[in-house]
Amino acid sequence: MKRFLTGVIMALTCFSYSQDCKYTFLGELKDFHDGSSIASATIYIKENDTFLVSDFDGKFKIEKLCSGALTLTISHVGCETKTVTYTINGDTFKSITLEHHLEELTEVVVAGNTKDESTSIQQSLNQATIASYTDKSLGDALTTISGVSSLNTGNTIVKPMIHGLHSSRLLIVNNNVRLFDQEWGDEHAPNIDINTAGRIEVVKGANTLIYGSDAIGGLIRIRPQKYAAKDSLFGNTSLALNTNGWGGNLNSELVKTYNNGFYGKVQASYRKFGDFKSPDYQLTNTGLRSINASFNFGYSSFEKGFDAYYSIVDNTFGILAASHIGNVNDLVRAINNGQPQVEDDFSYNINNPKQSILHHLGKVEAYKRFKSLGKLSVQYDFQINRRKEFDLRRGNRANTPVIDLRLFTTSLQPNLKIDAFEHLKLNTGFLLRYQQNDAISGTGVSPIIPDFDKYEIGAYATGTYNLNTETEVSAGLRYDFSRIEATKWYNVTDWNETYNYDELFPEFNSGQIDGTQILTYPEFTFHNVSASLGLRHHFNNAVNLFVNYGLASRMPNPSELFSDGLHHSAARIEIGLLTMKKEVANKFIIALERSNSNFGFSISPYYKHISDFIQLVPNRITTTVRGSFPVWEYEQIDARIFGVDIDINKKISSHFNYNGSLSVLQGDNLTDDIPLINMPATNFTNTITYNNEKLNQLSIGLQQHTVLQQNRFPDYNFFTFDPILQDNVFVDVSSTPSAYTRFNFNSALTLKAFESGALRLEFNIENVFNTSYREYLNRLRYFADDVGRNFNIKLKLNY
Amino acid sequence: MFNIKLKTMKTKTLKLLALFFISGLVTTSCSSDDDGGGAENDEELITTVVLTLTNTANQMDVVTLTFTDIDGEGGNDPVYSPTVGTLSANTTYTGSIQLWNATETPPENINEEIEDEADEHEFFYTSDANITITKTDLDGNGNPLGLETSVVTGAANTGNITVVLKHEPTKPNDGTAAGAGGSTDVEVSYSVNVQ
Repeated sequence: MKRFLTGVIMALTCFSYSQDCKYTFLGELKDFHDGSSIASATIYIKENDTFLVSDFDGKFKIEKLCSGALTLTISHVGCETKTVTYTINGDTFKSITLEHHLEELTEVVVAGNTKDESTSIQQSLNQATIASYTDKSLGDALTTISGVSSLNTGNTIVKPMIHGLHSSRLLIVNNNVRLFDQEWGDEHAPNIDINTAGRIEVVKGANTLIYGSDAIGGLIRIRPQKYAAKDSLFGNTSLALNTNGWGGNLNSELVKTYNNGFYGKVQASYRKFGDFKSPDYQLTNTGLRSINASFNFGYSSFEKGFDAYYSIVDNTFGILAASHIGNVNDLVRAINNGQPQVEDDFSYNINNPKQSILHHLGKVEAYKRFKSLGKLSVQYDFQINRRKEFDLRRGNRANTPVIDLRLFTTSLQPNLKIDAFEHLKLNTGFLLRYQQNDAISGTGVSPIIPDFDKYEIGAYATGTYNLNTETEVSAGLRYDFSRIEATKWYNVTDWNETYNYDELFPEFNSGQIDGTQILTYPEFTFHNVSASLGLRHHFNNAVNLFVNYGLASRMPNPSELFSDGLHHSAARIEIGLLTMKKEVANKFIIALERSNSNFGFSISPYYKHISDFIQLVPNRITTTVRGSFPVWEYEQIDARIFGVDIDINKKISSHFNYNGSLSVLQGDNLTDDIPLINMPATNFTNTITYNNEKLNQLSIGLQQHTVLQQNRFPDYNFFTFDPILQDNVFVDVSSTPSAYTRFNFNSALTLKAFESGALRLEFNIENVFNTSYREYLNRLRYFADDVGRNFNIKLKLNY
Repeated sequence: MFNIKLKTMKTKTLKLLALFFISGLVTTSCSSDDDGGGAENDEELITTVVLTLTNTANQMDVVTLTFTDIDGEGGNDPVYSPTVGTLSANTTYTGSIQLWNATETPPENINEEIEDEADEHEFFYTSDANITITKTDLDGNGNPLGLETSVVTGAANTGNITVVLKHEPTKPNDGTAAGAGGSTDVEVSYSVNVQ
């Protein structure tokens, strides 16, 4: 046991007493981190069943001790209780260190206010909210946070959006591993099973540097649950059932913890839905199937530990049958038709078009704390993302994907947190990452994203300094080197004439030509610098002011550089350009917050200026055998996005609570002096909740969610020639849907099922009035209404 | 007691780390599958659409209208040959359409795939040049297909013959491409001069 206290400074002082039971034990309690004294700690002496309290200097004295064992149990507010045993054979002096950072070990207790950096502007979803989204996606759960919306493809493929920015502009960090799952695509949702999350945090501000330099939109961090070190075996099983889609989710997890710090967890979930239904019609081929599992084991003590985690996510999403169109005239017909042209009876079958994605994530992390220095950790992780997209194809090709990409990412990240200084906390580390994309051959389609290798090296340092008890400031700096080396076949005419690459990038040309295609090896190197500044000031009455500034830079993603092909459901040809430069953002965000259950609020205005903002816009029409298509090309402009997020909570009476939130945002294309495309409209939510703890924790809530019409949108409408009508036809791809309001009803109660278990029952209604609506940020809004009313039952058994 | 556990933990960690690294290496080493090979050709590409019209009264009078886009979408623009096809007025022609993928050697005849999946395909013909086009073949379910047609010209006129091939249309339908739904695989428009 003594060895366990390695690193403890031991001093032995002998006093000259000669009789038995006359020894004196002098103890001194110190904080592990900064060596400061711990006063008023309770010391329990097991051998004579007495209590002592440490003095102002953290010292205590036990007299008249006999030789033999001495067992002390030391407890203090904010520290983990510690038991030490000594063998007494003389007068003894011991310096005992306590672990004064309880949140590291028992985060499970803390509902939502733990931050990596105290100046961070962030909001989080707790376990209860996550549990109520057990049968939904990460993106759905996140939209409950003000300022967070989603870019949807139907209702199951949900991509989170922070302040109007998504895809490569958001970092998603799952279990401390930055997610790489071909996130560049608009219809690629993050491959995360929400049931693995213990807490989800959205960092809107600038404190994101330890994860990357490119968090222009922000950061989403999914944290696993942490467990206290005690001998225990527990778990839970939840079942969710829905009438819309006639499907649901089954999730089960089992956790084993030991008081020596070892722990293990197994979790699995299965989700299945058939075709969803809008208020007026069936949404054919919108079902989904999702199988997920995660395994976690490790050892955690204050001084050292390790954590090994592996998860697999296997998703298959059906895509609305009516959205498969062949050309612009089909799109015009779909828009004019007002409802899907394909509508079949309800089915669980998932036919083409569909996506099937398999994501593996594995990591090992180990840490050790050094006294008077801090915590050194090293993490190794790997991810494999295999994405297959199936389309309606001619010949016997239905089971051959049109897109088959495998992205392999592996990284090594050492990090050192220095917390030895009283007022200054430092965090520094570096990153090595290798990524390989493999466009698997055999699809019979030229790959939309080519083979590439990508190398990244990054280094960062962030620091937080306490100016005084009310004010903290933080600063950070990060540098990233990235290099991408691709292998891509270009159309010879496009290479030489359309894009003039033969003159711009002659060095990429391999000289090899196959038919109408030319083999090229594009290579790019980027240097990105990012920085952050933060301030937190604490006023009276639990009011805090946060001010953040962030500089973020992002290299163009593979889609922006290389994409080259027809996008079926959008009836457009999407072209990436090798001439793309990095985009650089300056972000300013302020938050005034009051955390109080009687009356709390958060008001957070923000302003972002993004230079060389990369966006996809139509710029010409091309003719093919399928007819004419608009060509959407990536271009770079200067953009600004500003707005405000407001949240309010107020206790109306002992049982009634009110919550409200409002998000207002404006995005401008400064280069062309027009609005930015796909910016979320003003939206607000009001919720009234009744809670009664005594009555089986009964809660009943009614929520109203309104999204106004987006009146600021760029006009990218165009005319196309319809050869059947022999006339030009107007293609309205820009106009936005009307405002809508959805009402949701929630109710829950918890029953004590047996000795150590509880059963939580929920009954919910989504879209209570079965309102028909379309959402601007749903890519399938041209084809069908959003989903209608849904009755939902959830059962969760904790044991 | 504790010592032993910590030691085993360390060995376990190392082993596990090794395992992860190895798994990483294995994935890396087996993945470069097709580098250096040829370009992945678009197997479903239709480069050439040929409408052959044979005068029923004179088998030697054959008009061939050709659409060619040899490099697919992007690259060079499609070409119509002849630019304007010449038909005789008040004449009945037997129409036959041929789809090719000329990037393959020898060129792949796509008609075979359409015949095999006749119930999932249908051609639609329209003209603004006073030409009546009637489908004369049927799929396995007795619905029109449109690989074979009867083309009847009226008085002298100029305009277009538009050919649309729909994949997975509603069958039977109202006879129009718009009413049939599905996705458009071919939409070409030949200029004709009826004289």
